[in-house]
Amino acid sequence: MSPVIKRKGEKFTLPSKYLLFILTVLCTVVMLVTFGTDVFDRPLNTVVGYVVVPFQQGIAKLGGWLSNRSEELVQIRILLDENMRLKEEIAALTEENTLLQQDKYELNKLRELFSLNEQYGEYNKVGARIIGRDSGNWYSVFIIDKGEEDGLAADMNVIAGGGLVGRITSVGPNWARVTSIISDNSKVSGMTLSTEDNMIISGDLKLMSSGCIPFGQLLDAQNKVKEGDKVVTSDISDKFLPNILIGYISSINMDANNLTKSGQIVPAVDFEHLGEVLVITDMKQAVEEN
Amino acid sequence: MLRKIVVTVFIIICFVLQCSVFDSLAFAGIIPNLMIILTSAFGFMRGEREGLIIGFFCGLLSDIFFGSFLGFYALVLMYIGYINGKFCKIFYPEDIKLPLALIIVSDLSYGIICYVLTFMLRTRFQFTYYFTHIILPEALYTIVVTLFLYPVALKVNKKLEAWEKRRAKKFV
Repeated sequence: MSPVIKRKGEKFTLPSKYLLFILTVLCTVVMLVTFGTDVFDRPLNTVVGYVVVPFQQGIAKLGGWLSNRSEELVQIRILLDENMRLKEEIAALTEENTLLQQDKYELNKLRELFSLNEQYGEYNKVGARIIGRDSGNWYSVFIIDKGEEDGLAADMNVIAGGGLVGRITSVGPNWARVTSIISDNSKVSGMTLSTEDNMIISGDLKLMSSGCIPFGQLLDAQNKVKEGDKVVTSDISDKFLPNILIGYISSINMDANNLTKSGQIVPAVDFEHLGEVLVITDMKQAVEEN
Repeated sequence: MLRKIVVTVFIIICFVLQCSVFDSLAFAGIIPNLMIILTSAFGFMRGEREGLIIGFFCGLLSDIFFGSFLGFYALVLMYIGYINGKFCKIFYPEDIKLPLALIIVSDLSYGIICYVLTFMLRTRFQFTYYFTHIILPEALYTIVVTLFLYPVALKVNKKLEAWEKRRAKKFV
């Protein structure tokens, strides 16, 4: 007799073999569907947004408070020294600033003369706190505490400390998932600031612990790119805004094909100690439409 | 009903711990896998059915937050829970060797499955590197955490079973 048939007076339970089979089929179908589309994203992201994210926010807040207290105790002396040094630096910078202001005034006047618009205005940014990291060890993905309700959307760029962190890959009502540029499944199109040569920067798990990101396909015919050059996001990416600092070239080698070069970049962002990030709410596509 | 609520809360607490607290307790960037501990512990304590359901939901949670598409971790963890459930018949609460062995084998196979399906297929072929730097450290760290988490899971399960027994008696 089939085990699925219900007997009288017995509570109906599906045998685990069948349950396993049904859920396997379900998972496979869902995988295939979500590979191309994101139809399930909205409801599921909303549900976990209200069930799990409050816990994460609480723990992140507690953890942040604790580490702040312990840091405060350690750092008072260091901070006093730093304060002295910074005061001197402020004096120097103020002087420099006045000079630069004069330069800017001149630049604006010249721009007016050439009737050029400012090419890159200030982007609008939203600050967010990291409340969770990837639960596995394979990728570098994290969760921030702002979401759709704060005006975020998928594919927005995320920066911290002046450098590129990554981009938002999924949003819920009060949380968003950021895939960082050091993650093994991430690729960014970049260019050197000095020579404007394009390259592809792809995250690699093997180099993650050494704090570097590898780059490749750099076409540098004039042999001008050298170690220490600044690398920024390029104009040709459809997800990343142009001219955001990625990092500095730390090593560069000719590829075996003698045409392209590859090497490593030290990112401008310290991915090990990332607490708060800024999300740029301007999107590449929207910027182009204006 | 009580069991469902308690287990759900247990899963959420472990998931939140894993992606916030254990991140700051990481050794050389490696964090333990609490989801594997839960899935296989409930698998061999309660049987195939519960193992696969808990595995499915643990995996789904990771999928929603961190997966690039839904269902992958859910599928892997579901099978791990189901296979662990097969050992329910030879499981005794007093014996710690079988749980430790099962959890370490589960975590190793989880790591290898993840490597083969998401890294090897993207032409990252240096298996020995990934095995010695990611999979093995994760399994070892997981075992250390198991020594603390497993007794808690065992106690929770015992309390739940005692409660269920009391309730069943009341109705008879």
